[in-house]
Amino acid sequence: MKTTETPLPAESGAPVVKIDVPATRPAARKKEGGVLNVFSHGMLILWAVMVVMPLLWAVMTSFKDDSSIFGSPWSLPDKLHFDNWARAWTDANMGDYFLNTVLVVGGSLIGTLVLGSMAAYVLARFDFPGNRFIYYLFVGGMSFPIMLALVPLFYVVNNMGLLNTIHGLILVYIAYSLPFTVFFLTAFFRTLPTSVAEAAFVDGASHTRTFFQIMLPMAKPGLISVGIFNFLGQWNQYMLPTVLNTDPDKRVLTQGLVQLAVSQGYKGDWSGLFAGLVMAMLPVLGAYIVFQRQVVAGLTAGALK
Amino acid sequence: MQHGKYRFIVGFLAAPLGLYALFVVWPFIQSIYYSFTDWTGLSPEFKMVGFDNYTRMFHDDIFWKSLQHSLLFALVLPLVTLGLALFFAFMINVGGRRRRGGPVISGVRGSSFYKIVYFFPQVLSIAIVSLLFAFAYNPDSGAINSLLRGIGLDTVQPLWLGDPSLALWCVMAVLVWSTVGFFVVLFSAGMASIPAELYEAALLDGASRATTFFRVTLPLLWDTVQSGWVYMGILALGAESFAVVQIMTTGPGGPDYSTTVMVLYVYQKAFRDGQAAYATTIGVALLVVTLAFAAIVMRLGRRERLEY
Repeated sequence: MKTTETPLPAESGAPVVKIDVPATRPAARKKEGGVLNVFSHGMLILWAVMVVMPLLWAVMTSFKDDSSIFGSPWSLPDKLHFDNWARAWTDANMGDYFLNTVLVVGGSLIGTLVLGSMAAYVLARFDFPGNRFIYYLFVGGMSFPIMLALVPLFYVVNNMGLLNTIHGLILVYIAYSLPFTVFFLTAFFRTLPTSVAEAAFVDGASHTRTFFQIMLPMAKPGLISVGIFNFLGQWNQYMLPTVLNTDPDKRVLTQGLVQLAVSQGYKGDWSGLFAGLVMAMLPVLGAYIVFQRQVVAGLTAGALK
Repeated sequence: MQHGKYRFIVGFLAAPLGLYALFVVWPFIQSIYYSFTDWTGLSPEFKMVGFDNYTRMFHDDIFWKSLQHSLLFALVLPLVTLGLALFFAFMINVGGRRRRGGPVISGVRGSSFYKIVYFFPQVLSIAIVSLLFAFAYNPDSGAINSLLRGIGLDTVQPLWLGDPSLALWCVMAVLVWSTVGFFVVLFSAGMASIPAELYEAALLDGASRATTFFRVTLPLLWDTVQSGWVYMGILALGAESFAVVQIMTTGPGGPDYSTTVMVLYVYQKAFRDGQAAYATTIGVALLVVTLAFAAIVMRLGRRERLEY
């Protein structure tokens, strides 16, 4: 299946004629469009600079004091103002936002994986009336504009007393992560061999036990991919909490930062805000660099259906 | 495997399906129903008003503006993003060929470095990206204008997000910036699965780089490009454009409604103006646009599937 073998794209590319390469240095590359070559390399480098510059600029700015942020945006900081970071963490409540985000994402990630794999397993492996209907009901959710549902959802959540609560947000995150999760894991469970499960079943294991002890461990690569996908989606989620989570104490990271930026209009602690931005940015970037291969595989797997 | 099968199926489906029905399916159905009422969202009372909301929508100038902007997003953003991504991916994976003695096709030097760096924006929250660029665009003290001053362009100091004719393009640029990398990596994976013999054959026939791209790479990558197109369009109509416009622009949606998109207009009508029923009407229009977009792309893009 395509989705599982995407992790190492380029490396696995062209092993065909690699055998007879006696390290001739690429000195003799040229002719056809030297200009074109310079142009395309230039474009590649330019885009890399355009991606990295704003991020480096943000890191640099988070160490500057307010006057030099406005006076000379591109100058290096006169000294490293670590107090910006301390202020952002405590005064601007970044610490609380981090905690809220960890709680919400932790809960909803586990819930999404458990519920998603249960539904996907049943839909992939069992024939029953309505199977296709339920599958398309889930998958259809991927292409519908969520905002349309959010208007009534606000009142549904409110009536259940779940508005502005962490567990309410967790349940909503799970519900909106299910379409992709079910879609992806159904395809994944279909690729797994049936013989092992049948053997377990013959040996007297119940369906439930077969699922948790045999199938789930076998589906681990798929769970990791879809888990990374959901983790980033939920960690970076902005629209759902903006609508459903209006209590200042319960804000998640993205919301908190935006609120902070809005309130800077009269507080004027821009350096603290930049420190907060970088603080929110660096863990995700760091995790990406460490788990680069898995993250890329997890995020692109779905689109290569 | 019949023993207790149905009990198991029901037991496993109940929780996920129940949650999904309650928080996703039911609100969708409700919102279509509400679009025929005069519900404010503030009180529980409402009555049916037929197609009044739809009539009102067709006479609402701001709605038309938001529709126009959303359509522009759905057309321009995939075109620019996928175009750039295809170019970069081709350069990274196939561009560095014609090295004597080396493999027939190979990437440029540093190809894995490019792929890592280009992917950075994809892991960041769109909210953080938007905040960052809102500062960069600031006309007085922002990074972009001071860079322009730094290289001697003192006279070129646009207002960026403050200029009604520029603001929408500024917003789109941010979305392009944050999504190109994802598609570069996606297309790279697709290109890696194209057999090298095809490139060798094209090369032997004396194909130039451009010909190779249009005659070999693009046709074989078409399925991926197409699903990328739909994916990008749905993003541009939905959640991503909401975050960018809501965070970056004045108003939000300004100046002078020049950046209002449909998804933002739904939000403002429902949660700012207390016109929940009218908001769902615009939401239904957004649903129609989204489904029509997906259907058109799938139809236009249909061609014979190439097996390789």
